[in-house]
Order: sequence, then structure tokens, then C-alpha cells
Amino acid sequence: MKKLINAVDDFVRESLEGMQAAHGDLIDVNYDPFVVYRVDAPVQGKVGVISGGGSGHEPMHGGFVGKGMLDAACPGEVFTSPTPDQMEWATKKVDGGAGVLHIVKNYSGDIMNFEMAADLGRDAGVEVQSVVVDDDVAVKDSLYTQGRRGVGGTVLLEKIVGAKAEEGADLQSVADLARDVNANVRSMGLALTSCTVPAAGSPTFDLPDDEVEIGIGIHGEPGRERIKMESADQLTDRLARPVIEDLGLTSGDRVLLFVNSMGGTPLAELYVVYRRVLQLLDEGGVQVTRHLVGPLITSLEMQGASVTILRLDDEKTRLWDAPVLTPALRWGV
Amino acid sequence: MFSVAQAEAWVRSTAVVIEEHAAALTKLDSAIGDGDHGTNMNRGFKAATQRLDGLEGDQDFGGMFKAVGMALIGKVGGASGPLYGSLFLGMGKELGEVTEVDDRQLAAALRAGYDSVVARGKAQLEDKTMLDAWHPALEALDASLAEGKELGPALDDAAAAAAAGMKATIPMIARKGRASYLGERSRDHQDPGATSTHLILETLADVVNGR
Repeated sequence: MKKLINAVDDFVRESLEGMQAAHGDLIDVNYDPFVVYRVDAPVQGKVGVISGGGSGHEPMHGGFVGKGMLDAACPGEVFTSPTPDQMEWATKKVDGGAGVLHIVKNYSGDIMNFEMAADLGRDAGVEVQSVVVDDDVAVKDSLYTQGRRGVGGTVLLEKIVGAKAEEGADLQSVADLARDVNANVRSMGLALTSCTVPAAGSPTFDLPDDEVEIGIGIHGEPGRERIKMESADQLTDRLARPVIEDLGLTSGDRVLLFVNSMGGTPLAELYVVYRRVLQLLDEGGVQVTRHLVGPLITSLEMQGASVTILRLDDEKTRLWDAPVLTPALRWGV
Repeated sequence: MFSVAQAEAWVRSTAVVIEEHAAALTKLDSAIGDGDHGTNMNRGFKAATQRLDGLEGDQDFGGMFKAVGMALIGKVGGASGPLYGSLFLGMGKELGEVTEVDDRQLAAALRAGYDSVVARGKAQLEDKTMLDAWHPALEALDASLAEGKELGPALDDAAAAAAAGMKATIPMIARKGRASYLGERSRDHQDPGATSTHLILETLADVVNGR
């Protein structure tokens, strides 16, 4: 394992220290328990929006803390959900009297830890609502499984919902919008290589040089199938077609297209993927009116990419365009 | 009979056993999960022993198990933190302000802890989770105590049943947790949570039997 890490046990803390030092104008960090929060938290009268998840997906979620997006983020250990004390601390910290929304990705650990935190927050007199993001079409949704994972759609949801909260909407409206975004977003990713969790020290899974994992999860969870390497366009089709189909996109729909790097794939390759998805959508008469390209929800140094498509309406488009000022996303300010 | 001192020894010994098996647990988790079970459990049980070191004065079961449960919830992370945390919180709630219980009360407390795990995780038997080790172990414990066995041998029976339950997860298809994303591909792997459950119960048997 070759990484810029001093000691495995210090990794998350030292990374947060650097983030705080670099972005101290936007965010502050609490170290016991770990919480990244808006430097002006709590914003009085505004719904607080918090999220959290394992570390290793940077910039998600800490990089999305700031005006117009998240009020706080709770980073767990690498690929490990944060603990209830973190979300409880964050919930109390960002509550400006209008309640707090918890954005939870659909993983059993995240759900359980956030549930316990929501109970603790309510015990402390804070109104809490939770929304679960489950946009990964690689996983078959059925009564007998955990259901779909929360992946790339989380980034778009946090931006749009954060903008709604910034406008002064009440907790119920913000939560309703979050569920609406989740219902209209789908994703799928692939891995060209594995990644190494620092504490484990060796790659999470073995993937031969000439094979690709289609439907990879953001923690290196295996996906739908493992196939021999193909061209970029063929691989892109394997991601985009199930997403388009599952969303039920039809001619005339307007969408936001988000092409994401799993960490190790360069921007130049993401543009190759972006261009191919655009061709597919064009063929179906679907109009890409907003876009996002870059490494925003990553899996450490894994090579690979994911495609996320969000069906837009006027409100979501307006909220996407609304000003945002965070370490990772900033426009309109 | 089972005392608070034995319960504390159980937690401390578990921390040692988990550390010894941390790499093996992580390896099982890498196959069908996200490769952190050993690391997380090791961090959590270390925190639990530190919490025990910091407790002042004589403890009852309720206070001792609550301290352990809260340490696990705060330090393990993932799903295992809330689940094992709930186990100890449930046991502490059941036993309350006493410092010694009879064999059946201990069995009832383990059952109460198990019920808390079920309530938190909402898994069913044969979902390929820790429940598949807990459930047969508790059934075996109850049966052996009903036959009139002493606590030590009865806990040995429970640990053996947990081991069998753990091995029985190998052919199962996971329907809960991250392994469930694998579907058919989760077959032929032993569940890491059932494995750590077996270690915890085996350690309890060892402590009570003075091994």
C-alpha cells in the first residue's frame, strides 16, 4: 500500500485538519466527535440540512458544507458509517429553530446510526426528518434485500435540497423535495481497478487487468457482473442504458447529466463518457439542460466512473442554479 | 450464578479475542462486505475496555452493560456498532441494578439483548447475519439449562450451537446489509457478523468455565 498517510489511525483527523485550514472561510471542524459544519451555523430560522457517511468519498460530504448546500457533514472512518453521537452533535449545532433534515444513503449501517441520532435529536427537542437516498440501479430493489444503494444522486440531492432550505422553506417542504429528487434520479457505476482501504492495507477486491466490474458500489461492493474490457462507448452504454430505462425517460424530458470519477479516473476520460451519454440521450430526444462532470463522490483511488441522470423540472432547475459556496462546488456567488 | 465481575471479564476477554481475530474478520468482510469488520470491532471493544477502566465504584449489570453498549455505538460505526451496542444496552436494561444473577436470568438477559438486536436491525433468520449464530445459541442455552446442566456446560453448548449457526451461513444468500447487494454471489462465504458473534459467545463460555 502506497498512500500519503502518516498513520492509519490519524488519517481521517489529519485530512479534516487540512480541510479546515484550507477552507476556514467556509467551514469549521469539530474533532470530538468529527463534524464539519458551516462557519455561520446555526442559521436562525433556516432548516438545517445534514448528511454523513464514511470517509473516502471526498469531496462528499464535507466538501459540500457551506452556503446553499449542507449545514453539516459527519465523516465516519473510511467506508464506515458515522456514529450517532456525531449526527446528534451536528443536529444540535445546526438547528436554527426550524428543524433539521437528515440525508441518509441507503446502507444498513448508515440507516441504523442515523435512526439512533434522530431519536437523540428529538429527545433534545429538535424536529428531525430523514430522507433516504437509493438511486443505484445496479442493485435489484426487492423486499428481500437491503434495497438500492445511495450513490451519485446524493450529490445532486444535497445541492438542490440545500438551495431550498437556503430560501427559507419549512422542514416538510424541504423533506418533500428531497424525496421528489430521489424519485427522479438514478445512477450506475463501474470499476476498472479496486481500491485499498487504509486499515485493511490490501485491495478490497481482485480485478484482473482485462476485466471490469459493472455496477460497482462506492465502497467497492461488487455489482451486477464482471466482464472483459470493452471500448469506452460500450462500457458507457452499459451504465447509461439501465439508468435511462429505469428512469423511464421519454422524448422531451429535460435532465441533468452527472458523470463522476471514482477517484482514479482522469477528467479527460470522464468527458469521453459524458459525450457518449449525451449521444444516447440525444437519440431518445432527451435534452441535457444541466451538467456536472468531475470527481465528486469517490471511492478512494479506484479507477472507474459513474453516470447519474436527474429528471429536471422548473423548480429543480432553478434550485440547481441557485448560489452555492462550498469547498467543492461554488457558483452564482 | 453469574456476577458483574464475570461480565466485566467477559467484555475484557472479548476485546483480546477480537484483536487476535481482527484480520480474519476483516478478510471475511472483504469477501462480501466492505472489509472493515475486524478493524471496527477491535476499535469498539478497545473503547469499551477503556470505558470500563474509567468506571468508578462498584458497578451493577445495568451500569456496566450500558457503558459497554454506548462505547460500542460510539466507536464501532457501520451496522455492527448499533447492533452490538443494542445487545449490551438490552442486557443492561433487563438486569438493572443487581450485581449477581442466576443462570436463567443470564439466559433471559441474553435473550433481551438479542431482541434489541432484532429490533434495531430488522433482519430475519437465514438472512445471513449475526442472528443466525445468536438464535441457535440461545435456543441451546435454554435447552441445556432446562435439562439441568450447570451454566458452564450450558454455555459451551451455546457456543457450539453458535459455531454451527456461523458455519450454516456459508451457503446462505445474504438478504440484509451490504452483502445483500451480491445476491447469489454472497453464497459460499461465511458471514462476518455471525463469526464475531460466535467469538463473543465462546469467550463468555470460556470466562464462566474459568478457561
